[in-house]
Amino acid sequence: MEHFTPVSALLGGLLIGVAAVILLLFNGRIMGISGITRGIIHPVPKDVLWRVLFLVGLIVAPLVYTALSGEAVAIHMTRSLPALIIGGFLVGLGTCTANGCTSGHSVCGLGRFSRRSLVVTVTFLFTSMITVYVLRHIVGVAS
Amino acid sequence: MRLLVAAILSGLVFGLGVTISGMNNPEKVLDFLDIAGNWDPSLALVLAAATGIAGLSFRYILKRRCPIFGTKFHLPLSNDIEFRLVLGAGIFGIGWGIVGLCPGPAISTLLLGRWQAYVFLAAMIAGMICYQWIDARLTVLRESAATS
Repeated sequence: MEHFTPVSALLGGLLIGVAAVILLLFNGRIMGISGITRGIIHPVPKDVLWRVLFLVGLIVAPLVYTALSGEAVAIHMTRSLPALIIGGFLVGLGTCTANGCTSGHSVCGLGRFSRRSLVVTVTFLFTSMITVYVLRHIVGVAS
Repeated sequence: MRLLVAAILSGLVFGLGVTISGMNNPEKVLDFLDIAGNWDPSLALVLAAATGIAGLSFRYILKRRCPIFGTKFHLPLSNDIEFRLVLGAGIFGIGWGIVGLCPGPAISTLLLGRWQAYVFLAAMIAGMICYQWIDARLTVLRESAATS
């Protein structure tokens, strides 16, 4: 467990919770990133600009982090092209079918004590852990 | 206008949270999902803190008649647990396990100079469009079954 970073995890998690509070308290919206993105891909009139601006804030955030802290954002993406395409496609298809992803269901949905979100969260944690187990320990994909 | 300022602020705070906690680093997410390997429980704490804040405050927010800037709360209406939800969550989990990215963290890496993020997001958008296509076909089938 030498990669465990409890302090930054708690601090980051608090900020994610505060972001969800801001969007619900001021705008009355659930902070679900897959839903916000879907509303741009299949737009409803007068319901697009806030979504775009939310994503703009999200995209510039790592640069703001680097500017404030002086630290580069550590990212290790080692997946092959086919893995990225298959994984990305399944994430898009799955989040639409499940009506949400980690932010919408596991943060906001569980925060509203929604049984649907609990079922979704348990299910995707289960299949993702199985997938990682198969890839790392049976197939033997490095990292 | 005020709605837009709140939206960009929320996105910024969310992105800072994702970045500080390391959740846009696929390696760190995969280390959390790898309970049989060198397990990194960080993501569980991220989720506990974020969901804890939401769980403590949402009930008070939703007691208001309307949000501060908006006219009404936009909440999911259904409480049913459909097969669809479980199927979708299962598919999403497989994709998440293959790459270690979910939609929010993936989008947050767009300006960090990684080509992988663009491939992942293009494929994710293709998956979303594919869902819309399947959903439209199923609706047509269901309607024609109902009328015949």
